[in-house]
Amino acid sequence: MAKTFKKPEALSDQPTHYCPGCTHGVIHRLVAEVIDELGVRGRTVGIAPVGCAVLAYNYFTFDFQEAAHGRAPAMATGIKRVRPDLVVFTYQGDGDLASIGMGEIIHAANRGEKFTAIFVNNTVYGMTGGQMAPTTLQGQRTTTSPAGRDVEEVGMPIKVAELISALETPAYIVRQTVIKPKYIVRAKKAIKRAFQYQLDGKCFSLVELISTCPTNWGLTPVESVKWTEENMLPYYKLGEYKTPEQGEED
Amino acid sequence: MGKILMKGNEAIGEAAIKAGCLNYFAYPITPQSEVAEYLSRRMPEVGGVFLQGESEVAVGYMLFGAAGCGARVFTTSSSPGISLMSEAISYISSAQCPTVFVNIVRGGPGLGGILPSQADYFQATKGGGHGDYRLLVMAPDGVQEAVEMVMMAFPLAEKYRNPVMILGDGLIGQMMEPVEFPEHLKSEPSNKDDWATNGMDTRNSKERNLVKSLFLDSELLEAHNLVLKAKYDRMKKEEVRYQSYNIDTDYQVLIVSYGTMSRVCRTVIDNLKAEDFEVAMIRPQTLFPFPEEPIKHAASKESCKIVLSIEMSMGQMVEDVERSVRGKRPVHWYGKAGGDVPSPEEIIDAIKSFIT
Repeated sequence: MAKTFKKPEALSDQPTHYCPGCTHGVIHRLVAEVIDELGVRGRTVGIAPVGCAVLAYNYFTFDFQEAAHGRAPAMATGIKRVRPDLVVFTYQGDGDLASIGMGEIIHAANRGEKFTAIFVNNTVYGMTGGQMAPTTLQGQRTTTSPAGRDVEEVGMPIKVAELISALETPAYIVRQTVIKPKYIVRAKKAIKRAFQYQLDGKCFSLVELISTCPTNWGLTPVESVKWTEENMLPYYKLGEYKTPEQGEED
Repeated sequence: MGKILMKGNEAIGEAAIKAGCLNYFAYPITPQSEVAEYLSRRMPEVGGVFLQGESEVAVGYMLFGAAGCGARVFTTSSSPGISLMSEAISYISSAQCPTVFVNIVRGGPGLGGILPSQADYFQATKGGGHGDYRLLVMAPDGVQEAVEMVMMAFPLAEKYRNPVMILGDGLIGQMMEPVEFPEHLKSEPSNKDDWATNGMDTRNSKERNLVKSLFLDSELLEAHNLVLKAKYDRMKKEEVRYQSYNIDTDYQVLIVSYGTMSRVCRTVIDNLKAEDFEVAMIRPQTLFPFPEEPIKHAASKESCKIVLSIEMSMGQMVEDVERSVRGKRPVHWYGKAGGDVPSPEEIIDAIKSFIT
């Protein structure tokens, strides 16, 4: 009997270390499926961040580099510039990309580097124990904002997709989520489109994925999905923020 | 190819191309921005990569990514810029990626000044970043040697899978000297298929490669550090380079000096010889590994009364000189760190004050 559902070749057999209800596993799978479908596993290099996904390379079956905190876009730039034929993606969380690595991501996007950034936004620093991130919502309690994020003190949560879309350089910038099957289908389409733009040598691409962190939010996985829908999705609106074709139409 | 007159910074850029390095990432900083200006023109001519990064922090990681996927790559910067790159240098050292960093040193600390200095001796030889790593550090005394060292640096970086640093100074970067490019030093890049993330298809392999520095298991991290230490120990055995000057005389004073400073010391030794006052010099060409044995041997000569570390820094090399001399002779320091190169007269006065 033929198998109709199987593990992507780009994904390894190793069980992940992620917490129950964490969406990293789903996102890993979507990236692996896209790499399989595009047939590029043999020329793909992933770049792991610092944070929960630092060990992401244990779960994939192709070449990987491991960055310092926030520096993955600079490493991806280095690879893509000397080996444009390789397929390169960074996998970054919100502390990594939107705080310590904001300079690197903005400039890589603005140069139009032809790699793909998978940006996992779950509003907290997961690995270090749930501290406040640039994406922590207004009033949200974290271990370093125990009374809730005070925007008078630390400003409003950063909307990365909107921020990077403001750059004049053509790019593919999209925000999706993976908290429910209908969203997962859209997220995969976005990831595939992002990789396709890279393969076509077209533009920089960034897929922001609204994600959960039940452990650090102090919620069950089911409560986390509900919290995400009620609190994150109204602020971090899903959709395509920028496509390279937009520039061409002007 | 005959001798041509070239500015040090431009010669360094050309030497990298001659050494087969066609990938250069950099951020402008005085006194070495001419390298970037030169290579922004030259790299497109030779089909190479030139990219001006957004910061020295980013440039360090551009080198990491490029070297990690097997490319021959280098950058040039100056002291404050090297401080920013030191984070990446630590990661690159751990991940064992061959890279070449040229530091055209300026005065410090902080913004310091833009005049020549050797004040980054500690940073280069003892580690500017975190963790147990060492760089192979070479210090040229002029434009010709800068060219030769840049060309040697790439095969050495690949031999050890380690960053190599060329420690110059603002004078070497800015001055023009006749230079000849030695074709015979050109080397083919080493085979990197067993570790580089150059794509499984590229190396026709089913095994993937990882470029990383995280070892959460204490035994694995210990083992990793022992691998690194074995490389540094091997450098100490195989890569010590130095030159001696006036060493066959019955010298009363042994100078240890490197780079631009050592050129002034040669004049000092010549001038004192005319007064029948013999002084010798050991000039380290590698600062790590440091020529400990040659210095110990030279300091042990019966006629030698004192050893003098002469630097454009506030005595940073003295510790290494003392360590080499091992208490056999008194070790003194003379130097300046504001940006002025000490004159022969000032050094002669210093020598005479120490000897009496």
